[in-house]
Amino acid sequence: MAHIDLNNDLPGIRGPMAYRPETAEPLNALAEILLRDDNNTLTRGERELIGTYVSYLNDCFFCQNVHGALAGHYLQCDISQIDAIKDDFRSAELSPKMKALLSIAASVQKGGKHVTAEQIEAARAQGATDVEIHDTVLIAASFCMFNRYVDGLGTWAPPDRQFYVDRAPRRAEEGYQSSV
Amino acid sequence: MPHIAVEEHLPGITGLLEYRKDTAQPIRELTQILLRGQSTLTEGERELIATVTSNGNQCRFCTAAHTAAADIFLDENKTSSCVKTDIESAPVSEKMKALLVIADKVRESGKSVKPEHIARAKAAGATDLEIHDTVLISALFCLYNRYVDGLATALPDNPTFFGYLAERLKNHGYMRLPQGYDHLKK
Repeated sequence: MAHIDLNNDLPGIRGPMAYRPETAEPLNALAEILLRDDNNTLTRGERELIGTYVSYLNDCFFCQNVHGALAGHYLQCDISQIDAIKDDFRSAELSPKMKALLSIAASVQKGGKHVTAEQIEAARAQGATDVEIHDTVLIAASFCMFNRYVDGLGTWAPPDRQFYVDRAPRRAEEGYQSSV
Repeated sequence: MPHIAVEEHLPGITGLLEYRKDTAQPIRELTQILLRGQSTLTEGERELIATVTSNGNQCRFCTAAHTAAADIFLDENKTSSCVKTDIESAPVSEKMKALLVIADKVRESGKSVKPEHIARAKAAGATDLEIHDTVLISALFCLYNRYVDGLATALPDNPTFFGYLAERLKNHGYMRLPQGYDHLKK
């Protein structure tokens, strides 16, 4: 049960978003532009993977499953493949640039100061642009907010991971603006 | 030196919000609603929540900015200094102590917030909405602090910067100034 009375039974972030629609609007707008806007040189799948990985590091069950399922949908891989990336992205079949960006995201999750100049150089050496580095840091930072919002209010999450996989195609199509 | 090319006259978050204005817009809107919108918490109390989280995350820019903003609203600088050192002995209400503790737990991790932290706040008169907003303000500053330090943004050269910034945040809030920020160039 959530720490406060949300006046609804919606799972995860949808509960507090329905409780306070005024703050839900910019939260969804931020997710939409960072994760879904087509004016971006990182694919939707790559951006969802950054969100998934940070949510996994923050141990947020709801977010890592929602975004893991979306990453799987875009990248055409199943839960076990997404789990393998979360477990050890360096050994996964990802581009060297994505590995460098995921390493930056992991440092952001620990704290902004953990990002080193060497990590940034490594990402640039693999072709990452300034905007891609910016977006990686901001996506990781945003999930440090979303994950805390979800778990800090003690929201509930459907335990069946297939629930998230089944919903992913519709979420991918409709986007985040309509998620409440 | 910042990891990406931001305008030199805009230190900390101010340069990042101009670097990518389309992502800045919802971040600004969320901050404006949470810190300046209608609330049973005063603006000073909400700036203290931002200060405690930024201080706990050791983000120098955000801590200095929101300390200065809290000081302007509270019209003194003792309270902001005390909450950064020890919440329990700070000159704030029992309700604010409980909310600041929740903010500090959120900063550690969402999972660090336990039923007893919530129960204490409710017993001290905090409403569900005040608890909700405290959690979201702290979570939002976990975003800001990581954004500012993750891209290694600069601190201002001039120590008077934060006083001017706090005036601006008090008088104009968190939305982008219509004329932009070119007038701040030396």
